[in-house]
Amino acid sequence: MPSIESVVEPLVSLRDVHLAFAGNPVLKGINLDVYPGQAVSIIGPSGSGKSTILRCITGLLQPQRGQIRVADTRVDALTREAQRIELRKRVGFVFQQYNLFPHLSVLQNLMIAPRKVLGRNRIDAEKDARALLAKVRMEHKADAYPGQLSGGQQQRVAIARALTMRPQLILFDEVTSALDPETVGEVLTVIRELTQEGMTCVLVTHEMRFAEEISDVVYFTENGVIVEHGSAEQIFEHPANERTREFLRHALGAPARRGPIVSDPYLLTNLSRYSLSV
Amino acid sequence: MAIESVCMALLQWSPALIAGFGQNILISLLAIGLGTVLGLLVGMLALSPWRLLRLPARLWVQVFRNAPWLVLIYFTTYVFPFEIHVGSAYIPFPDWVKVTIGLALPASANVAEILRGAVASIPGTQWEAARSLAFSRWQIAVSIIMPQCLKRMLAPWMNLYAVVTMGTALASLVGVHDVIDTAQIASNTVNLTGFTVLVYLSLLVLFFAYCYPISRLTQRLERRYAFY
Repeated sequence: MPSIESVVEPLVSLRDVHLAFAGNPVLKGINLDVYPGQAVSIIGPSGSGKSTILRCITGLLQPQRGQIRVADTRVDALTREAQRIELRKRVGFVFQQYNLFPHLSVLQNLMIAPRKVLGRNRIDAEKDARALLAKVRMEHKADAYPGQLSGGQQQRVAIARALTMRPQLILFDEVTSALDPETVGEVLTVIRELTQEGMTCVLVTHEMRFAEEISDVVYFTENGVIVEHGSAEQIFEHPANERTREFLRHALGAPARRGPIVSDPYLLTNLSRYSLSV
Repeated sequence: MAIESVCMALLQWSPALIAGFGQNILISLLAIGLGTVLGLLVGMLALSPWRLLRLPARLWVQVFRNAPWLVLIYFTTYVFPFEIHVGSAYIPFPDWVKVTIGLALPASANVAEILRGAVASIPGTQWEAARSLAFSRWQIAVSIIMPQCLKRMLAPWMNLYAVVTMGTALASLVGVHDVIDTAQIASNTVNLTGFTVLVYLSLLVLFFAYCYPISRLTQRLERRYAFY
């Protein structure tokens, strides 16, 4: 009799995914599994292909090689736009720059996709939208326009907008990177609640403490490969790989070693962006 | 008194001048209307993902945007017949309609360019966000991109309308009885240099009085939509 673990199929699985932009390899053999109800974080230095992985999962980018599966859908084998649309109905995406629709009010931002894409009626869509706004504590701004909201508020609306499609899975692409430190917390609170409710989440993030706190599994990527993955405790407390250790040391704010400053009188070390002339 | 008689003559001719200006306004309104419908159509074709639709649209824009308006007006005046047979009926095809088409062609090319510019000014992330919400390409164009474009297109479109209105002054050259033609007849009839100066000055005032409010409104709209 198979154990419980082997019965549960991963909701998302990537196998040996390769992708290059104009001959520039970005992903060089990514393997990744996300089980239903898990919160998975992808961490790593900028340019290591983290966001690209998310874009591949939702079919915004097509890998050149490898397999991507979301539930029963082979994403890499999709050829028609209609098939990708079916996939995206089930996969939510939240962007770093929020990307709300500026010509629509907050409520309309939440209603447009269910109405146009899922064909739901106005009354149901509005009821849902208001409930989701309450969930992200933005119900008082239902009639505001995105331009009138702060970054943190816009991002919470964007999360609610992704939820209106009732996705099986939500992808978060550095959703707090454009926010000031004070508003990061309000967005993270919303994501934390989602993971506690059992929503399957994949997060690309630079918020190490947050990733450590909420993640079931953490992947560390560098230069288009998964260097190491494991439970949050394993990665953050006992990283096996030297690169992971070094990255975390910097990311978690431990003082980094710095080479001795060479006192060359001709080296203009005091130049900053406030210097008036060079 | 010379000045008095000149002013009297202008007063006498003013109903005819205003009627002539009405013809100019009619041509300008029909030309911008036709040009806008055509231009949006051509503009949408030019944005199509299919080359076969895109190329003729691009050609249309390049040809009609880079042709002198007067040449296009002469062209439409002489290329169309003066009447059309439909079965046994003869439908007249007056010169002013030909001029309207002659102005609508470059207007359509400009509207198509205004549309292209507006679509290009919408950040690609709007497309990406809508795609990730499972919108189809057509749905994105209609419910996300177009509504944002309309606001941005309004000011340049009104600017174009003011230019088209001024372009209607060319209609007199192919024999349309518009305000310029009326002014010519008036100045020949009265045959006083002072009157000729005055009548053309009044044309300037007429066009200015019509176009200036449009350009002011355009400026206000531009300021209003400069920021979201």
